[in-house]
Amino acid sequence: MRHLIDITDLSQPELDSLLDLASEIIENPGKCADACKGKKLAALFFEPSTRTRLSFEAAMLDLGGSVIGFSDGGSSSAAKGESVADTVRTVGCYADIIAMRHPKEGAPLLASRHAGVPVINAGDGGHNHPTQTLADLLTIKREKGRLGSLNIGFCGDLKFGRTVHSLITALSRYEGIALTLISPKELPVPEYLKASVIEKNNMPFTETVDMEAALPELDILYMTRVQKERFFNEADYIRLKDRFILDAYKMKNARPDMSVMHPLPRVNEISVKVDDDPRACYFKQVLNGKFIRMALILTLLEVLS
Amino acid sequence: MNVDGVNSGIVLDHIQAGKSMAIYRYLHLDKLECCVAIIKNVKSGKLGRKDIIKIDAELPMNLDVLGYIDPNITVNVIKNGEIAEKKRLDLPRELVNILHCKNPRCITSAEQEIDHIFRLDDLEKQIYRCVYCETKSKE
Ligand SMILES: [Zn+2]
Repeated sequence: MRHLIDITDLSQPELDSLLDLASEIIENPGKCADACKGKKLAALFFEPSTRTRLSFEAAMLDLGGSVIGFSDGGSSSAAKGESVADTVRTVGCYADIIAMRHPKEGAPLLASRHAGVPVINAGDGGHNHPTQTLADLLTIKREKGRLGSLNIGFCGDLKFGRTVHSLITALSRYEGIALTLISPKELPVPEYLKASVIEKNNMPFTETVDMEAALPELDILYMTRVQKERFFNEADYIRLKDRFILDAYKMKNARPDMSVMHPLPRVNEISVKVDDDPRACYFKQVLNGKFIRMALILTLLEVLS
Repeated sequence: MNVDGVNSGIVLDHIQAGKSMAIYRYLHLDKLECCVAIIKNVKSGKLGRKDIIKIDAELPMNLDVLGYIDPNITVNVIKNGEIAEKKRLDLPRELVNILHCKNPRCITSAEQEIDHIFRLDDLEKQIYRCVYCETKSKE
């Protein structure tokens, strides 16, 4: 039985076939409409994440399956002190597949050892969120037609942004990915990521604090939020925050075919005026998230012959 | 080496002096029905002093953990009163309930009776990581 706990659980052929399957679903939406008829997805959200939960639920419904579960640990058996192992063992009696979000790191891995059905990690604390990374990869592939030979800019909080770390790690398997790392100097990509992923895989990279200067070279700009509480003092935050906000003015310097991505939710780091720019891809990214989850559910349930 | 008292079994030799009781616990030797002898502070040319554990039974015992605790330990397999095999110890790939994860955000801090499992990540630097949260065994 297969699970998806960490993106590195997937071999390169498995990853590529997931992305291909998602593209097939996008192109022939009716093809899989009944593929999961009679199957149940349990969405076990021990902490709330409406966005991710709705994506999983929509994915299963679009496959003709149904959904059970809970959306907040406080209302579940966990609040009464039931262990993760016992909860998933129980749920595994009813459901065919589990999507699980949990505030503790490693909870989905533990669940996968007890559930008796495939488990998908829908986020475990700040640790892993593999379906977000899959959605990002699918978006890059759909927008650019390839997953190599790209100059990808990452902008914002690159120190604590796990989405960024996970995507860079996944991209390191592809050829010709150059990285432009745009962040306040207090929030750079961590050293371990630089050593064990970026430099180890000989990925060319530049680090800069100047988004405007970096923009014209980019094929993709992946935006993330710079949280106020990450700064040591208010003055630095006020001084720097606008430099990492993407607006229509800055977009004038970007290539006509550059794609803007963002894992969402957005606060103010992308001006709403950018939303109507055809280069803005973050809502397409949301939709791609549903399609890749459909592909993942189909694959883990082995319902495609 | 004196293997008196062991006919068919295992002798763990060259244990760092004072470590024998820890090994006794790690290997759960208290659960055995057979003869187990712990000899402490034996004079040894190599170490000055050493401990020895003698187990008088042929056990399908997993001794991998010894490689982590002390790779200098010699494992002698005794058959018919003679040393039949000297085993080299490798670092085990996985350690179960030997190391404990101290990350408060890790599921091991919340789930009752969960096994603490660490996997070998870097053989050269002897770094293990918690399988749940990937926290390193040592910084
Ligand atoms: Zn841990």
